[in-house]
Amino acid sequence: MARLQLRPDTQGYFGPYGGRYVPETLMAPLDELAKAYDRWSRKRSFKHELRELLTHYAGRPTPLYHARRLTEHFGGAQIYLKREDLLHTGAHKLNNAIGQALLAKTMGKQRVIAETGAGQHGVASATAAALLGLECVVYMGVEDTVRQRLNVDRMELLGATVRPVDSGSRTLKDAINEALRDWVTNVRDTHYILGSVLGPDPYPRMVRDFHRVIGDEARRQLKKQAGTVSPDVAIACVGGGSNAIGLFTAFIDDRRVRLIGVEAGGTGEALGEHAARFGPGGSLGVLHGTRTMVLQDGDGQIAGTHSVSAGLDYPAIGPEHALLADQGRIEYTSANDAEAIAAFHLLATTEGILPALESSHALAHAAKMAPLLSKRRVMLINLSGRGDKDVESVQNWRAREEEQADADPANVAEVAVHPAARKWGRSQEEAG
Amino acid sequence: MSAISEVFERCRREKRAAFIPFLTAGDPDLETTAALMQAMADGGADLIELGVPFSDPIADGPVIQRASTRALASGTTLSGILRLVARHRDRLGVPILLFSYFNPIHARGLESFAEQAAASGVDGLLCVDLPPDEGARQEFMPVMRRYGLDTVFLLAPTSTKERIRRVAQYSTGFVYYVSRTGITGDQGSLPKELVKEVRSLRRKLSLPLAVGFGITTPEQAASVARVADGVVVGSALVKLIEEKTGDDDLLSAVKQRVQELTEGLRR
Repeated sequence: MARLQLRPDTQGYFGPYGGRYVPETLMAPLDELAKAYDRWSRKRSFKHELRELLTHYAGRPTPLYHARRLTEHFGGAQIYLKREDLLHTGAHKLNNAIGQALLAKTMGKQRVIAETGAGQHGVASATAAALLGLECVVYMGVEDTVRQRLNVDRMELLGATVRPVDSGSRTLKDAINEALRDWVTNVRDTHYILGSVLGPDPYPRMVRDFHRVIGDEARRQLKKQAGTVSPDVAIACVGGGSNAIGLFTAFIDDRRVRLIGVEAGGTGEALGEHAARFGPGGSLGVLHGTRTMVLQDGDGQIAGTHSVSAGLDYPAIGPEHALLADQGRIEYTSANDAEAIAAFHLLATTEGILPALESSHALAHAAKMAPLLSKRRVMLINLSGRGDKDVESVQNWRAREEEQADADPANVAEVAVHPAARKWGRSQEEAG
Repeated sequence: MSAISEVFERCRREKRAAFIPFLTAGDPDLETTAALMQAMADGGADLIELGVPFSDPIADGPVIQRASTRALASGTTLSGILRLVARHRDRLGVPILLFSYFNPIHARGLESFAEQAAASGVDGLLCVDLPPDEGARQEFMPVMRRYGLDTVFLLAPTSTKERIRRVAQYSTGFVYYVSRTGITGDQGSLPKELVKEVRSLRRKLSLPLAVGFGITTPEQAASVARVADGVVVGSALVKLIEEKTGDDDLLSAVKQRVQELTEGLRR
């Protein structure tokens, strides 16, 4: 079997995906960033400093946990959870935020900016900025500042400025638009800490490299705890795709391992009701500097998306994912809002862990698949973040379900639609 | 020689800078856009930059963002814009440069876009998020050439020598210089270094050089015209259109503002 092409080519392409589709103002700075990254990431001093911070500050390695009660509940494959929820700040995002903040500092940038959806990348960036003494501004869609209010407060307490973004769909996509506008304006003294394997080169490969520690650790831990370096299946949720690439990279060349990425199925199949780029409405496009699979209409206008989890609510997927999908190396599927919420409750009550709603999508797929596998099989799931930030969303969901069940017991499924989805439906009509 | 090149050639003979107004197609609707283009041509526009609205305009400030939102809300599509150009280009008498983000063009397919655009009478294309590096990769330039469309690329204050060479190599018609690092729209004043930078760039380029981003007043237009071959005014006009939409004097106000802006362009 030929080794799969992992690194992008010299122009930042993964096969036909990737590149640098940005205004001219950013071209030279991206060159500079790529050169700095290539140079510093190979230096022993940089690697040492990053490792020290990840170990003694962030808490790596994160545990690999054999979830026996959940395994028993499914009655099939042995479930192992990679506990990125236990990383400092509560999600895998800190791996990349510390890496990029350290790079920004070596490049002499005094100010960093970031976008955030669920708020986890924003919190991670604010944390890394505080740690390294950098000024930090975080852009966040107004809609997300409401559903992830706790994280807004955390960022502010960490000394960052949160700028709510009121344009477009008022979610992650629009936060990235605004962050790019800031960067294009302040590029000389500012580094943009992009939070996923998205955007123009070198971001997709740089963010992947900072996260690959997740899978590298999991391999070693599996060997010790499960007696194999190769799980039968590895599952991760995919928004932009950073936690998934972080977990999968260590297993890409190990063809015994089935790799499954789970996108947000939202509330339905129509454009605007979900965030599954490999699902209905996804096609090749160019968004936020990269050529990849994008949810868009026939005129190349970017579609609205919906997911109960803010971190997956985004219309494009990282370019490396698009290539790995073409190659058939990663399989992509989706879990809908209701399935994710059910998985959230299941992990909470069987294992005493509140998972992030993003990670709940990976668990939701495990719930479908694990019972079908024999007990000898090993299933590795990336628990990419913790769910404290989602407590209110989950409670609201439950309250609406109960309210609707009281009003019309026959119609429960229909009401399980998140109010955001209804708002989306309207904005789609207005746009059309 | 392309119609766009002819504009700059004529302006050079007349010892003045070309005036290039920008407007967003479909703001507030395509019929109004047609009338606005005519008003701009009547007011003294030499070349019109017609903006294709996009859902995620990362290079634009709030004024053009709002215009794009209005245009999309009124149902504007790339096909509709090309049909509009086809109906009005001849009568208008000034060349039209489409100003777009790459995705709407990419979604259409380069070949199909170029064929329709050329048939409609479009003179050239500027994709704000398609640097020549990616253009070369996507075979953008050869396809546009085959249909006789000019390809205008951007230069910015951050562009290196190597990038200036590359942009010069792949541009036809003219080169568009972004006056400052930033997005479109008024920032109060133009950067102090602008005159020096434009002078130095013009020495390195054989193509005409137009300057845009943040040029708002006739005084600013005149000061840029002293050193550049063309002056682009976008947000200031789009803002006027926003304020006057629905008023009886929309067209006369736009024509008058274009006249004011062109007054000081003589060198």
